Amino acid sequence: MTPRATFPHKILPYLLVAPQLAITLVFFYWPASQAVKQSLFREDPFGLHSKFVGLANFKHVLSQPNYINSLEVTVIFSVFTAVISMAVALLLAVMAEKVIFGRAFYRTLMIWPYAVAPAIAGMLWLFMFNPYFGTLALPLRWTGISWDPLLNSGQAMVLLIAAASWKQVSYNFLFFVAGLQSIPKSLLEASAIDGAGETRRFWTITFPLLAPTSFFLLVVNTVYALFDTFGIIDAVTGGGPGRATETLVYKVYKDGFVNLILGDSAAESVILMAIVIALTAIQFRYIERKVHYG
Amino acid sequence: MTSSITNRIVAHALLILGIVIVAFPIYYVFVASTHSLKEILTPPLPLIPGSQFLHNYYEAIFGGVQKIGGVSAARLLYNTTVVGLCVAVGKIAISILSAYAIVFFRFPFRMTFFWMIFITLMLPVEVRILPTYKVMVQLHLIDTFGGLILPLIASATATLLFRQFFMTIPAELVEAARVDGAGPWRFFFDILLPLSKTNIAALFVILFIYGWTQYLWPLLVTNSNDMNTIIIGLKKMISFADADTQWHLVMVTCILAILPPILVVVLMQRWFVKGLVESEK
Repeated sequence: MTPRATFPHKILPYLLVAPQLAITLVFFYWPASQAVKQSLFREDPFGLHSKFVGLANFKHVLSQPNYINSLEVTVIFSVFTAVISMAVALLLAVMAEKVIFGRAFYRTLMIWPYAVAPAIAGMLWLFMFNPYFGTLALPLRWTGISWDPLLNSGQAMVLLIAAASWKQVSYNFLFFVAGLQSIPKSLLEASAIDGAGETRRFWTITFPLLAPTSFFLLVVNTVYALFDTFGIIDAVTGGGPGRATETLVYKVYKDGFVNLILGDSAAESVILMAIVIALTAIQFRYIERKVHYG
Repeated sequence: MTSSITNRIVAHALLILGIVIVAFPIYYVFVASTHSLKEILTPPLPLIPGSQFLHNYYEAIFGGVQKIGGVSAARLLYNTTVVGLCVAVGKIAISILSAYAIVFFRFPFRMTFFWMIFITLMLPVEVRILPTYKVMVQLHLIDTFGGLILPLIASATATLLFRQFFMTIPAELVEAARVDGAGPWRFFFDILLPLSKTNIAALFVILFIYGWTQYLWPLLVTNSNDMNTIIIGLKKMISFADADTQWHLVMVTCILAILPPILVVVLMQRWFVKGLVESEK
């Protein structure tokens, strides 16, 4: 960093950072350290006794079939949500680049779901597809599917993925549009003069040049699917039927607040933190690389 | 040329299909909110709004929601607005100040502080819900606006964005201001703040939506119905197992819960899109 002009004050800068630091310390570092500490202790549900158990909570958590199940559920849910919402957004963004008339109109309508809370996104889809009075559940019935996402675990997952992807399409769309606009038109024209067809131009020029945007979105979408979708799951399935849609975050919540297995919940929190830190590190490395090369 | 015209027609067709899928769930709920309970319960729902618009909205806003959830629709909207506004304004205020200190002053522990703030990027509320909840209990913040808002206003993203922007401000500007005798506050209010207007507007939209759409945290930190946000209130009104659910009122509440953030996004679209795409870089 280049040396820059600054103000020669001794106390003022501390006062300026104080509010943010205070909130960070009280609501981030204190609870996070408590989580780490608690993950090493076992406590009875009333909080009367706790004893140091080392890594026993982690061992216990990782050996539970329920935890492995929620790990699988999380992976399936996240991969499908990220891939579907990105693929749909990319298709629509490429189409939006082609049209001249009505571009702003399309964009305005496309960004609505960004403003809808995840929990409400889940409710909207459940209104449409619920087996009791969902209008869109009817055509499914007519085709002979016994549609009941509240009882059938596969269908519950499909509904969650649909709602989660729907909500995320607008975000991905905006980024792909920005990414497409930054691709030099001269490259595409040169390639067209050389006789490359549209499909070929897309796969050999546009798609590779969108790689940074796609990679960034992949990380963001994974984090979204891991954390922000708690509301969708709680509103639509509550983790059920059975444990068919219980993701890692949902399990932390359930073990901590419903089942009151505090040690396990803390250990699960710490594992989640490790996952987020890894994802952030990947994202950060990618940002660094972009700074160096372009 | 004909191929390019066909191309464009295909593009429009796909975009329209995309928009139908994107907008349909919201339209569907709006249509449902204008029909009577009986019509909602006998699918298929007509695709055009019904005649009960005034009746349903009047009933929901003046007493209907209160009767089901024990709290009025106005109170739910008020709570959610307070949370959305305070989260947005609070986050912007504390992060612009800390970014200002980190970029325009030199002091011991400057980089330590920066890293301490930066690391919080990696700790979303969801991974530390139980311990944060315990902190809330100890500080007596359950069922208060403080409890709803404070844990959400510390975040590294806004600080990072302001820091990045401040570093693009030429050093000559700071020197010129100092030569002219402007102190740090004068510089902040007369130069920095006006320059940051676009960034602040963009962040405001993103953070207001963030505050408005919170779910897990308000669910944990509020027990009393009076402190619910509209999204939690809505969740409590719904039961698919219960035959008595007043679906027409649920649909109205749903529209009330999604309309304000949609308006903010659509009306402030220009800043929002710019801010979103740039702040995440």
